[in-house]
Amino acid sequence: MTSKLVMKSMIGFYIFLFFLYLFGPLLVMSVTAFNTPSYPQAVPFEAFTLDWFGKLYNHKAMMEGLRNSFIIGFGVVALSVPVGLAASIIMNQIYHRARSTFYLVTVSPVLTPGVIIGISTVIFWKDVLGATDFTKEYFYKGIILSIFGQSSFVAAYCLLIIMARLQRFDRAQEEAALDLGASYPQVFWHILLPFLKPALISAAVVAFLSSFENYNTTTFAILADKTLVTVLAGEVRQGTTPALSALAVIIIGISLAGAIAYELMKRREEAQAERAKERAKIAERADVGVPVAVGA
Amino acid sequence: MSSRFVVFLIPIVVIAIFWAMANRESKLAHDPTHKGYFERNGMVLGIVFISLVAFWTLFLVVLPYLYMVVESFHPKLVPAKRGGPEDVLTIAQYKSFFIEPSSGDWNTTHFWAFGYTIVISIIITALNFIICYPLAYYMAQAGTLQKVRLLMLALIVPYWVNEILRAFSLRLLLASKGLINQALMGLGITDGPIDFLGNNTGLFVGLSYAYLLIMVFPLYNAIESLDKNQIEAARDLGAPWWKIHRDVVIPYAKPGIASGCTMVFMLSAGSLAAPQFLGGPRTLWFTSVVYDFFFQSFNWPRGAAYAFILLVACILFVMLMLRVFKVSLGETIR
Amino acid sequence: MSAGVELDHVTVRFGQFTAVDSATLDIKGGEFFSFLGPSGCGKTTILRTVSGFLDPSEGKVRIGGQDMTGFGPNKRPTALIFQNLALFPLMTVADNITYGLRVRGVDRQARRRKADELLDLIALKGQGDKLVSELSGGQKQRVAIARALAVQPKVLLLDEPLSALDLKLRQHMRTELRAIQQQVGITFIYITHDQGEALTMSDRIAVMSDGIIQQVSDGKTVYDEPDTAFVASFVGENNPFAGKVLKADATSAVIDTPFGPLRGRNPKGVKAGDNAILFVRPESLKPGQHGADSTLTSQVTSVAFEGNVTHVYLKGSAKKEITLTVGRHGGTEIPAQGSTTAIGYDPHMGLVLPAGNMARE
Repeated sequence: MTSKLVMKSMIGFYIFLFFLYLFGPLLVMSVTAFNTPSYPQAVPFEAFTLDWFGKLYNHKAMMEGLRNSFIIGFGVVALSVPVGLAASIIMNQIYHRARSTFYLVTVSPVLTPGVIIGISTVIFWKDVLGATDFTKEYFYKGIILSIFGQSSFVAAYCLLIIMARLQRFDRAQEEAALDLGASYPQVFWHILLPFLKPALISAAVVAFLSSFENYNTTTFAILADKTLVTVLAGEVRQGTTPALSALAVIIIGISLAGAIAYELMKRREEAQAERAKERAKIAERADVGVPVAVGA
Repeated sequence: MSSRFVVFLIPIVVIAIFWAMANRESKLAHDPTHKGYFERNGMVLGIVFISLVAFWTLFLVVLPYLYMVVESFHPKLVPAKRGGPEDVLTIAQYKSFFIEPSSGDWNTTHFWAFGYTIVISIIITALNFIICYPLAYYMAQAGTLQKVRLLMLALIVPYWVNEILRAFSLRLLLASKGLINQALMGLGITDGPIDFLGNNTGLFVGLSYAYLLIMVFPLYNAIESLDKNQIEAARDLGAPWWKIHRDVVIPYAKPGIASGCTMVFMLSAGSLAAPQFLGGPRTLWFTSVVYDFFFQSFNWPRGAAYAFILLVACILFVMLMLRVFKVSLGETIR
Repeated sequence: MSAGVELDHVTVRFGQFTAVDSATLDIKGGEFFSFLGPSGCGKTTILRTVSGFLDPSEGKVRIGGQDMTGFGPNKRPTALIFQNLALFPLMTVADNITYGLRVRGVDRQARRRKADELLDLIALKGQGDKLVSELSGGQKQRVAIARALAVQPKVLLLDEPLSALDLKLRQHMRTELRAIQQQVGITFIYITHDQGEALTMSDRIAVMSDGIIQQVSDGKTVYDEPDTAFVASFVGENNPFAGKVLKADATSAVIDTPFGPLRGRNPKGVKAGDNAILFVRPESLKPGQHGADSTLTSQVTSVAFEGNVTHVYLKGSAKKEITLTVGRHGGTEIPAQGSTTAIGYDPHMGLVLPAGNMARE
């Protein structure tokens, strides 16, 4: 009995340490965002201030980076999610011997260091888009190259997420729709797409977040432009200011809100499914009692 | 420029071979359920799907990689001379990895940086496995559903804060004026601040910290599907806890372990933020070397060659992991 | 509106494997027709060929006299009820039912009216806005039928739709299906491995084995006058006695079984020296002495009282035991377990068929 207790408290202690490791640095950083000294420090806590948040808002480069990050993020979602969807559908239908080659090609960006993706993107597109003056003028841009570079691996994430759901698709659904007279494109729009909707949403969220946070690929692909993360990197390289802590506090706040919203949504969905099950059970009891004279 | 154009031909040839094989075989094997691709998707959707996937696989993945490799076999030239008579195929960039062209001596700096990066990445991978395994096991086998979901969220939330800010937060802790040095000096353990960043402790902690989640999730997924009864049975037979893990859990979770270890290794070997912001001034991480070729000496071909060397090392590591754990690539990436 | 379905030497091959071998059949309009056979006999393949998911390797399918070659499943006047029903889980009940009308471009109001009408028919009035997951097994079944009927098919195809239901509901649904068929008056083609379903509902039954149609008849004929050893052993319980034919004439034959010579009717005209099998149904066997070539003696291994009937099992020649079934009010004395007893039958109730493949137990 006591050995069990020791074991339990050891596990508890371990989990405490683990999450201390995970959250400790973030907590300390958050405290520095509200402390007055210009070197970010948590102790001694001299006086409460919100000045650092104001500094953030007036930081021009950071605001421009933020805007670009959003543009790139939406661009990556707009490119990667459809690509991931198309690739998962083709993966399902492709000639079986080509499948493993196709799979290797599509997942290789996941296993390639982001730095290499960034470099290859720049080297390739510099020559391709630099081939004519027109493309060089209008398309050889940091934002476009970042979207391309990030999409190369983000689309693979999307593919994996969507394929996981597609594999659970019941082919009989497709056949039922066909049998009722639907054309193949109608099956896609009416049956397959609604079925894949949850996976498409997760893929979009993952795509946006991966794009927004990306540093390794973007730092090459962004060329002379900037994103929030590359601006941050520049700031951190130059020195430390509590304004960065303030930014982190905002991001943590948004994350927490998102996490809580997600949890609440999940619970609501579960409750709904539970209620549907209850109703089905009630209906089950009445099943055999229904009069035989159907519609007579 | 001609060698660069060859790059565009390779994928076309591969696609043509597979297409021909598919056609031949579908004629040979009669299958009444088989429907043609355009019949199954409709003409418009079929074309949209193929174009999207072709754009991705060709223009975002295969061609840039091949192009980078080709570039690495070229000399560094000013733009005007590219495609000129001096633009020939050469292995000079790879040779420079071993012998520094300016002095003719062994290139110990880059060689050392490469070895250091690989060795430290392996150590970080092992370390993260040790840190994360108990938590993954606990979540997968002992926790209630509610608790697990909460733990999951607690794990994910810090990862919505980007890499740079996470490195920054560690720097605040580990700096000479940081909280840890304050505490150590306040308690009288040390007299002066310890230079955590200079002695690379910061780098190690930063790398480990950055990729905890990447290790926990594959482990959790793998262990989660293990039947609890198997562990119960082993316990009933009197197996001590470490034997249960060695003989039952770890063999079962092999794909997850391979997946987690591969990803953590790749990410830390390819990491840029941690060495830049947490490494000491003399630390030479291999990606930083590559970075400098692009942004300081503007030697793209040599940077490409180094990047390719890193890529090959990573591929070899993946293959080694797959071999050691006897799993297939498909099991590893899900 | 109903239409007949003709199979004209339909053969379906998957690579080397022949799933259906030259099936020829004429299903009349308005008929309730069943395909009965064990799993893997090719009955589902036939159904999928009729509905258009498979193209026959050889032969033709005609519906209402029209050749269906080149018509996809969405172009045929058939509707299929799937084994797992394949209702659309993300749509409401009403949307499920009217999906076929939606893809035909019928406007929303007309669809709503049709949905109400059909919901009435399947006794689910006012439940059109529910989700499929809120329905019971039997209700889902009816929604699937309504969804198929909504497109006014000429032929309704049913692929073991009752297999997921529990026994009581299954029996109830048999009557209901038959009632619906008689009301709408279209052709029903029903696939099942459950002979009870086939016998109770169908006008005619095709018994299949290994891709070959063994017999096509009404239920009573299939049971009383099976054409082949397979049909005799697959439909209902039967006791086979294999052996060489000793003597035969136009009406009866005697074969040499391990229990001595036994006699039965000879509809297939077996000749002396042929390998043949004598089939006697358990309910035709009775305890006690009978005629010289219709009595056998064996040891009772067990007796199972089942309420309305009692089964007596006797040691057979091979692994399979001989079963004898006695009704409750027959007044017959049940032989005791372990005793060696004589049993026999009316020679008219014995049936001699040429040796052939039997149904696997």
